[in-house]
Amino acid sequence: MPLMSLTGNYAVAHAVRLARVKVISAYPITPQTTIVEKLSAMVENGELDAKMVRVESEHSALATVFGAASAGARAFTATSSHGLLYMHEVVWWAAGSRIPLVMAVVTRAIGPPWNIHVDHQDIFDQRDTGWIIGIAQENQEVLDMTLQAFKLSEDPRVYLPVMVGLDGFILSHTRAPVDVPEQELVDEWLPPRRQPYVISPESNYVMGNIAPDEVHFLMRYSMHEAMEAAKTVIKEIDKEYGEVFGRSYGGLIECHNCDDADYIVVITGSWSGDAKVASDMLRENGYKVGVARIRYIRPWPKEELEELGSRAKGIIVFDRAISMGGYGPLYSDVAGTLYSNGGKTSLVGVIAGLAGVDVGAETFKETITSIIHKIEENGFFFEPRLWLLPKDYSSREKMLEVAKRWL
Amino acid sequence: MMIEIRFHGRGGQGAVTAANLLVDAAILEGKYAQAFPHFGAERRGAPVVAFARISDKPIQVHSQITNPDIVVVLDPKIFELVNVVEGLKNNGILVANSRDKPIEVNVKTYCVNATKIAKDLNLVISGWPVVNTTMLGALVKASEIVSLDSIIEAIKRSFSGKLGEANAEAARRAYMETREC
Repeated sequence: MPLMSLTGNYAVAHAVRLARVKVISAYPITPQTTIVEKLSAMVENGELDAKMVRVESEHSALATVFGAASAGARAFTATSSHGLLYMHEVVWWAAGSRIPLVMAVVTRAIGPPWNIHVDHQDIFDQRDTGWIIGIAQENQEVLDMTLQAFKLSEDPRVYLPVMVGLDGFILSHTRAPVDVPEQELVDEWLPPRRQPYVISPESNYVMGNIAPDEVHFLMRYSMHEAMEAAKTVIKEIDKEYGEVFGRSYGGLIECHNCDDADYIVVITGSWSGDAKVASDMLRENGYKVGVARIRYIRPWPKEELEELGSRAKGIIVFDRAISMGGYGPLYSDVAGTLYSNGGKTSLVGVIAGLAGVDVGAETFKETITSIIHKIEENGFFFEPRLWLLPKDYSSREKMLEVAKRWL
Repeated sequence: MMIEIRFHGRGGQGAVTAANLLVDAAILEGKYAQAFPHFGAERRGAPVVAFARISDKPIQVHSQITNPDIVVVLDPKIFELVNVVEGLKNNGILVANSRDKPIEVNVKTYCVNATKIAKDLNLVISGWPVVNTTMLGALVKASEIVSLDSIIEAIKRSFSGKLGEANAEAARRAYMETREC
């Protein structure tokens, strides 16, 4: 059967249909809107037997699916950027209540100034909420990761909600070939949701009650333990998915050219593809560069990165987000992980591609080459924040010139 | 080998749909492909661009296309507003909705009167001839990047009934009438 030609957003919708989700609620926001548009069409034409709940905001959208999931229904929502920020309080509620849920996050810059293009500021803003957070590179992976998210979230060792990140426009609005599995095969692999605690008029569970300090502390500890357990579950699911559907991605990270690499690029999202092409080009020039694409930013792939850090001369981290006054968020986690190596590995954090500013394979190649030269000249190079400013705006004077034109 | 294509048109002429249908056709042929709009604020009547990549291997890159192999121009008047051949490779191809060679360039140029074909087949929405499917017929004639049969199949999967027939016929007629100019 030929592959379907699907945008990333439609790939999400097909995964939600195949998972036989029962309750969907969302509020429109660019570039997420076409996910729930497609899902409402599927509900309307009978392809999906689910209830679509219309709400007045993202805060209510997540509250609605949280309520439905608390009652035992498989539930889904999707959002982006400002919508995700608006639901931030309920994001904590869902994770803290240990309620399985799946949410697609179409990654997009946060305003002001207003901008609808891709960066990872919105999804990294949710990093500490207790949600498992995956980020895909391709539309096929978007479908596979979304489908796997339901199984992962509902695993008794985990019981945490899962976010699936896909880059705004670059994936959400780009058509590419996607293999959409058969429903029968999915039904066999993903059984109906079962949950030991379900809110109903007859049940005697209480949720969100006030708890003694020690109990609150222990809840955080148990969530962290569930995250650690999720590392195993993610790898198990990835493997069995490969056996059933023919595609595996390698668990928490996907490594390209890593085996004998002197230098490892750490990156996440769709632009990882351009970084991989750059690593192929660099190999032709004699530089042994590998790409460790982070598939899950939570739980953090600590063990995998420790292993890579122990044998690489240098690690180069590309962040599409910035904690202003601090570091790129991926960089911070990588730096924390590499300390176990005694700080011997050269380490560089690059801030690039904010607000959808294009970074192609050639730019990756040039940037990585110049960093490698620095490392090889000095034997060691450490630079936590290297700003890769937009082409032609790389001096303060030039930036001011542009700013004046807008004033 | 990877071929990169850029479509120029005006909002409402169907440049984005043209890129989508081309990629649908390539996927039907078992090829790897990507179609994406220009990520800006598009609106009706304003110049727009859309992009497509087609390859026999999986496509990893997600950056914008700056050096296309093929440029397809849907609007005969847009040459005055936009440098449509910007970044076009020296051995590239220009496919234009134009009766005659629209601009003096050193690349192979193909012409078709797509506006007339679209009007003849009543492919008009709110007074605008929609020339995207017509230009796909011209693109296939100029480049053989996919087969005409695949384009027609992709059109019929997206548009049912009489509308699908008219759009398929537009592609067929453009395929017959397109010539080097």
